[in-house]
Formats: sequence, C-alpha cells, structure tokens
Amino acid sequence: MVTLATALICLPFLWAIFPALIHNSKCRAFFVYLGCGIVMVLSVITAVQWYLAGGETLNFRLPYQEIFGYIFLVGDILLMFFITYLSFKYKKRIISVLTIVSTVVPSVLEMFGPKLKDTYTMRFDWITLIMVLIIGVIGSLIGVYAVGYMHGYHIHHHKELKDRRSFFLSMIFVFFGAMFGLVFSANLLGLYFFWEITSVTSFLLIGYTRTEEAINNSFKALWMNLLGGCGLAVAISVGILWFNTANLFEIIKLAEYNPTDMKYLLPIAMLAFAALTKSAQFPFSGWLLGAMVAPTPSSALLHSATMVKAGVYLLIRLSTAMADNYVGNMVALIGGFTFLAASCLAISVTDGKKVLAYSTISNLGLIVACAGCGYEETIWAAVFLVIFHAVSKSMLFQCVGAIENTTGSRDVEDMQGLMSIFPKLALILMIGIAGMFLAPFGMLISKWAALKAFIDTESVYVSTLMVLFICFGSATTMFYWTKWMSKILGPSPREKSRDLTKRNEYISMFFHAILMVALILGFPWISTNVLKPLSREMFGIVLQVISKENIIIMIVLLVGIFVIPYINYLMTKNVKYKKVLTYMGGANAGDNMNFVSATGEAKEMHVANFYMEDIMGEKRLFTPAIMISTFIIIVYEIIVIGGAF
Amino acid sequence: MELSTRLIFAGCYILFAPLVIGLLDGFDRKISARMQGRKGPSVLQPFYDLKKLFEKEFLSANIMQLFMIRSYLCFILLSGILFFAGFDLLLVVFALSTSAMFLILASTTTHSPFSSQGTHRELVQIMACEPMELLVAVGFYLATKPKTFVVSNIIVNSNWSNIVFLPGFFIGFVFILTIKFRKSPFDISTSHHAHQEVVKGVTAEMVGKEYAMVTLAEWYENAILYGIVAMFFLNKNPLSIIGAIVAILAVWFLEIVIDNTSARVKWQLMLKMAWGVTIVSAGMNLFLLEIIRG
Amino acid sequence: MSKIHKSPWLLHYDGSSCNGCDIEVLACTTPVYDVERFGVINTGNPMHADIFLITGGINSQNEAVVKQIYEQMPQPKVVIAVGTCACTGGIFKECYNIKGGADTVIPVDIYVPGCAARPESIIDGVVKGIGLFKEKAAKLEAGEYDTVQAGEARQ
Repeated sequence: MVTLATALICLPFLWAIFPALIHNSKCRAFFVYLGCGIVMVLSVITAVQWYLAGGETLNFRLPYQEIFGYIFLVGDILLMFFITYLSFKYKKRIISVLTIVSTVVPSVLEMFGPKLKDTYTMRFDWITLIMVLIIGVIGSLIGVYAVGYMHGYHIHHHKELKDRRSFFLSMIFVFFGAMFGLVFSANLLGLYFFWEITSVTSFLLIGYTRTEEAINNSFKALWMNLLGGCGLAVAISVGILWFNTANLFEIIKLAEYNPTDMKYLLPIAMLAFAALTKSAQFPFSGWLLGAMVAPTPSSALLHSATMVKAGVYLLIRLSTAMADNYVGNMVALIGGFTFLAASCLAISVTDGKKVLAYSTISNLGLIVACAGCGYEETIWAAVFLVIFHAVSKSMLFQCVGAIENTTGSRDVEDMQGLMSIFPKLALILMIGIAGMFLAPFGMLISKWAALKAFIDTESVYVSTLMVLFICFGSATTMFYWTKWMSKILGPSPREKSRDLTKRNEYISMFFHAILMVALILGFPWISTNVLKPLSREMFGIVLQVISKENIIIMIVLLVGIFVIPYINYLMTKNVKYKKVLTYMGGANAGDNMNFVSATGEAKEMHVANFYMEDIMGEKRLFTPAIMISTFIIIVYEIIVIGGAF
Repeated sequence: MELSTRLIFAGCYILFAPLVIGLLDGFDRKISARMQGRKGPSVLQPFYDLKKLFEKEFLSANIMQLFMIRSYLCFILLSGILFFAGFDLLLVVFALSTSAMFLILASTTTHSPFSSQGTHRELVQIMACEPMELLVAVGFYLATKPKTFVVSNIIVNSNWSNIVFLPGFFIGFVFILTIKFRKSPFDISTSHHAHQEVVKGVTAEMVGKEYAMVTLAEWYENAILYGIVAMFFLNKNPLSIIGAIVAILAVWFLEIVIDNTSARVKWQLMLKMAWGVTIVSAGMNLFLLEIIRG
Repeated sequence: MSKIHKSPWLLHYDGSSCNGCDIEVLACTTPVYDVERFGVINTGNPMHADIFLITGGINSQNEAVVKQIYEQMPQPKVVIAVGTCACTGGIFKECYNIKGGADTVIPVDIYVPGCAARPESIIDGVVKGIGLFKEKAAKLEAGEYDTVQAGEARQ
C-alpha cells in the first residue's frame, strides 16, 4: 500500500522526463499514452486494493521520509528562485515578495524552529480514495486527449505559435504527481510543496502560447495562487509556533475540540483562505477566467476537472472544524455568493469556454458552500458534486475543444444545429450539459441535499442567505444551460464538413460519457459503499441522507429521462406528417434558413439567444461581486485574527 | 401514507385534473368576456378547442418536435403524480423544471424566429419563477414539525393551516402564479386576445396534436400549482379542504381580475418584479420563520 | 364527432387593401359584435388557424406570401375573402401590380362582398365558413387530402 502510494507520487514526476526529452511526435505520443495508462491503472489498483483491504484509514510515512523532507525544502526554495527570476524578467516584481515571504517563513521555521515530533506524514482515507480516482482516471483521459488535441492545435490552427508540445505534455505529468502528493499529504509542509507546484505548473501552462494576453493572465493566476500560498504559510507558522505541530489532522482536531477559541480557528481560517484562492472563488475568480487562454486540455485538466478540486478537497478536509463557526460561515457565504454571482455572469457570455469557466466557478461555489456548512448532508452533497463535476466538466471542455478544432469557433451562437452536422460531438455535449443541471443527474441530487442542510444550519442569517443563494442560483444555472442546449438541436446553416476530431479524443470523450452514465446508475451504490464510510470516518455517525422513498423517486426520474424520450422517439419515428416551412410571416425564401428581404432577395436569418448584457453583463456585475466578496472575507478574517490575539 | 391511497390520489389526478382545470379555464374565458362587456364563448370551449386540435391534420417543420412534446407531457404527468401521491415537494419542483426543458427544446428544434423569441421569453419566465417555487418547498419544510419536504406529511402533521406561518411565501407564490398561468401583465402578447406581436410564442410551430398536448400538459401543470395553493390551507382537519377550495377559487378569480386590469410589461420588468417580490416577501418570511423555528 | 365547427380559429391576412376591411374585421372581435362567442380566436399563426380570412387584393409582392401561408395551414381549412378587393381586386384591379382577388392564387370558399364589408356580413361569412367544416372534416377522414408519408417528407 505504502509502496503503491509512493509510486503514484513519484512516478509521474519521473515520467515527465520522457515527453520533455523526446521530440519525435509519434514516439512521444506513445510514451504519453503509456504514462497515462500506467497512472490510471496504478491509481485504480491502489484504490481497489485499499477498498478491498477494508477501507481503514491508513497513516504512514513515506520510505526515506527524511530525504523527501529535504527534497521538499530544496524544491520550495528552487521554486521561489524560479518565480522571483520570472517576476523580475517580466517586470512584475511585487509577485516575488509574495513567493519569498510564503517560502522563507515556513522554511526557516522548519530548519531553525522548534523540533517537531515525528508523526505520520501521509494519510490514505476515503476522501483520498475519491481524489486519487478522479486524478488518476479523469486526469489520464485528459492526457490521452491532449496528444491528439495539441497535434491539431499546432498543425491545423495555430501555425504561428512555437511548437512546445514536449513541454506541455511533460508539465501534465508533473501536475499529476503534484496532485497525488497533495491529496496524500497529512503534513502541511509537504502539502505546501505540492500546492506550490500546482500553482507554478498552472502558471506555466496558462502562459503556454506566450502571447501578451497569455503572459498577463498567467501572472494573474500566479499572484492569486501565491497569495493563497501565503495563507498556507501563515497556517504552518501558527501550527509550529503555537501548537508545535505541522500535521493537518492534528490542527483540525485541536480546532474541533475548541470550537469557540479563535486561537485554534486561526490556522483553519488561513487554510480555508488558501483553499478559496485555489478553488477560484470570488474575489479570486479572475485567474480561472484568464486561464481559458491556454489550450483546451490544460483548461480541462487544471482549471476545471482536477486542479481546482485541490481547493475544495482541502475545504472538505477542514469541514469538521468549520461547522457553525466564523470560518465555516465565511466559507459558506463566499461559496453561496460565488454560486449565484458566477451563474448570473455565465448568462451574459457567448464564448463556450467562458460559459464553462463561469459554470465551473459557480459549481465550485456550491461545493465550497457545502463544505463550509460542515454537516453530514452537505459533505455528502459536496463529495457527490466533486465527482460529477469532474466527469461532466472534463467531458464538456474536451467536447468544446473538439468543436473548436472542427468548426473553427467555440462561440455558443455558432453551435446552431450542431446535431445535424456533427451528431457525435453534439450528443456528448448534450450528455455533459444534462449532467450539469438536469433532474435526476448528479448535480440535482446534491442540490437537494445541500438545500436541506442549509435550512438546518444554526446561524439564522447565514441559513437565510444560503437558501436564497441556492434558489436564485439554480434558476440562473438552468437559464444558461438550457439556452445553450436549445442551440444544439435543430437545423444548421452550415454545410456538413469533415469531422477533424482525432480518434483518441473520441476515445477519451466516450469514456467520459460512459463513466457519467455509470455514475448516475451507480449512485445508490456509491452512496452506501463509499459515502457512508466517508461520513462515518469524518463524523462518527451514519445518517441516511436521502430517504429510501426519495432514492426510488430519483431512480424513477432517472429511468424516465432516458426511457420516456426514447420510447416517444420510437413511437413517433414513423408518424405520418406533412413537412412545412417554419412560419416567418410567409416570407421564407424556400427553406428555413433564409427569408425574402425588403429588396426581394433572400437573406440569411439569424436567431440569437438572450444574453441580458444590461442586467447580467460582466461590466455590470463583476466589480460589485469582487467588492462584496472581498468585504465578506476581510470582515471574517478580521474577526478570527482579532479574536486569536 | 398507504400505497393504495397514493395510487388513488394519483389516479384521480390523471383523470380529473384536465377536466377541472379545463372547466376553470372555460369559466375564466366566460368571466373575462363578461368583464369586457362581451358574451363570451361556451364554458366548454377549452374542450372543443382541445378536441379540434387533436383532429387536425399533422404538419411539422421538424419531426423531432413531436417526441420532445410527448416527453414534456409525460414528465409533467410524472411530476404531478409525485405531487398528488404525496411525495417530496422539492423533487416535484425539480421534476417540473426538467419537464420545462423539454418544451424549450421542442420549440427550438424548428429554428423559427417566432418560436425562438417565445422560447427565450419562456426561459426568462422560468428563471423568474423558479426561486419562488423552490422557496415554497423550503417554507413548508420549515413550517412543519418535524421538518419534512414530504407533501403527505406536511398536510397530516400540521395542526394549523400553514398559511399562518407562511403569509409572505403565499404572496410571493400568488405573484408568480400570474406568470405561470400566462396572464397579463406577464404574458407575451399571444393568448386569446385579438392582438399578436410574436405570433404564439413558444408554441408557434406546434401544429394540431402537438399544440393540443402542450395545452393538456399546461392543464396538468396548473393542477399542481393549484395543489400547492391548497397546501397552504390544508391541515390535519379534513374540513380544511373547504378552506382550500375557497382559496383556490379566490386565487383563480384574482388572477382573472389581474389579467383584465393590467397592461403588458417587458421581460426586464417582469424579472425584476418577480425576483423583487420573492426576495422581499418570501425572504423576509423565511428569515422570521428561521428565527421562530431555529 | 368532429368539434372543428365549434372552435374555428382565424388567421387574418391583409393583402393590398385600403385597411377599411381590416378595421371592420377587428371590429368583429370588439364587445359589440364579439365573434369569440362562436369560439373564434384571432390567432396570428397559420399553423393554428382553421379559417384564412383575406382582405385586400393580391399583388405581385404578396402572392408568394399568401400561397405559403395557405400551405402552412393544416387541413381542414376554409378560405374567406372579405371585401370587394379580396373578392375581385376591387378598385385596384387595373393597377399594374395587382393580380386580382384572392382566388387568383388560392381556392376561396366564401366571398364576403362590401366596401368595406360590414362586421355583420363578415360574421355571417365566418358562420357560413364554419358550416363548411363538417363536410371538409368528413373529407379529411375519408383521406381525400394528400398527406405526405413520413419517409417521403424526409427526402
């Protein structure tokens, strides 16, 4: 078990050398496939073995822990020099201050501070299990997709850009390693090291194209994530100086035993702050939106399916220490607010990838809110959301990427009638979107549980606000997804053309679709066999979150949503009907796409969705959203910090 | 609740909901006509219309529309059965919004300018109503002891009619009912009136039996909405049914009056008003209820 | 038993008229005449309409439009030409762009004369049109109208 876990962390780091050194396209692709395959198999084997062994929480130290400790320390300092160098090179000197402060303080404390006792440094439990599977399976699939996508990206579309695919693919492996390390780490110093690696990797990948926009956005991501890193550094320092421990779980335990003492809440607040930056909550959402300049696989991998999950992962870990206190209220309010604000903003954008970015932020907001609430039901909901969101979002990103490669546009307006020209892509897109908001699918189950838990939250005003956030947020969420979905069906003004999507991209996407359906069908099983033990481990009690009756209803709805349309489709397939033109005031020019204009000539008709720019526009809402959320964070942090001293 | 009772309720819903709602609709048109100084059609007119629509020749611009509409009808029925058989109210609301999606997809498959415009208006309407519908479920959950979303338990466990605790929710809900029933000032200018701007909104491309099915589905949906109105008044005393019926009729009449006395507004104003009323009346009520019940 | 005669929905199309007849048609829906008591609804949509009510003559611009709208109405359907212009072309008949009455492009069932046609006569025409529905509906059931097979339509 320990060997497997160590292998999971180290192997991707080492494997990253292959794509970095091999420049032959075919050969490199082979190594990437092999690497992804190994990572996936390894993660599944690890998970299955642990599950079959009874699913007991496993605390362990890495073999040669001391050497790893030095590697972490040296690595931290190297990263610091690297960032400092870059920030001087691109004249963003202020960023170097962040990295120096956040690295030097814990490093100095580790070297010269009080001697800590040797406890376990890694932990494998149910949350780790889920994260390992997500990173291993979804991540590797995106890796497979990336090979084909990047080929098309450079060969067909962006001939002007320098081909740095070797770098890109090796960064993906570095990222896998860092994510595995992050979810195993129980020691905050190790956690910090992996945390910084993910920040830097994402920085490098966002800046992949080296255009001016890309560089600016990558620095934006960097400073926000480093600010979160500072939060972590403070938590580490407080832990070492006040409580003489750098173990995450001990700090959480201390906070649980002293729920009213701000002194113990301070490290939790700081860790939560770091997690909020990583999971791109308002006011730190800017970096995730900016990250959309990067090639699609990195958007899918880093910025929606896995990396942002690092933030919510940490929050779920902390949730037991956040139930009904100031930190929990802060996290819940920020999450709920983000859920609503981001879904409103998603209404006003037409760029498909940007819609996905906003919806990612919005969904993460819901997860964060659930974690901040810290009840069994909400954790149940949060974990489900993490799983469903990872699968469907990664699928959607890949699909939009493939659509962009094929049709040359990722604008939602240009997807009119996708079903009639690229049915395979359209089908995947439909499944992905349905998974994000429709009745029996994952999101909805979670929303049900979350709403119930928020009503039961102790603090009256938090509870009221959260219920309102969720109710309004669901309405706006439904709006932007449905209007996207409604574009896909129907006739298209374009001619059928060749589908440029590579086979490996399809393999990845179909695998996701199958996974999605399997998850939906297997949800009662997951609930009893994974989430129940998880809840027992975190809260010591097992609660039937959803009653048997409701599970039956969910299953009926579930069967309904597949079976009813299908039966109806079969029944109406051969219905006799007379084909007519659509009604355009009698002015159709012989088909449904053109009309006879005032000059007597045929003109193409454009039908566009509502975007509500004057009500929901980015210009109107973005700055107030940033201000409100900053205000919430500052107020709560002041309460906690002030109370601690 | 016994399974057999649930089945009876669900069966009654399927059989009688269209009859009752159709009849209410007929009286609605009659009363509206009288308010305008006209004679008005027969009270059975909605049924004549429905029967005619089923008998007309079937034309279609895109055959996909038909199966979407049938799915819409099926899903509305499913949500109605869940509601009247006394299951989870929150899930009923979720199921309703899923079924609305089928309607949206059905009307956009044709890519017609009028139905697209109607679709987006419809989407805005759904967005305007949905928070209030969810909040109603939340309100009942808080008002009942022990807290529950289950419709049958909400009614059986309340000593008092829930309106006592939920006046704000009731106001908000009646407000969005105007939107849900497609009444002025929140409808689009289609309906039974003699003036049209966007043809027939979301149903513009639906011919004959398709339009009939949509009408039928709307009747079934309205039955659920009236059912929710009744829930505000029902308690464990069987006599409260009378109160519920009176309330339904009062709400129904109020909607007719509003319909006949107000001018149509733009969707921007509709959205702002619906959300504003939801936040103020339901939000305040929610806050107070949390304090009382917290 | 068909109910179409109890619920005839109406589509009003204004050809090249002087708008006199149009005002009279709208007058039918006012409280004074209240055509809704026959179940008539003034829809704006050919897909929902049973009666196609044309005022004004046909010119070279609206010829295609009238044909298309007629095609978009499902069977059984009745066409009523209201006013002299719709019946024959009226005083515009000799204009360079006028083709004549509505029957130059589509088959007309009922002619309502008058310049402008009075609401009473329009209602009379509509009621006569409603009378035609029974026999048209019977024809539809006998399959006398061509309904294209699903397979063919897709090509």
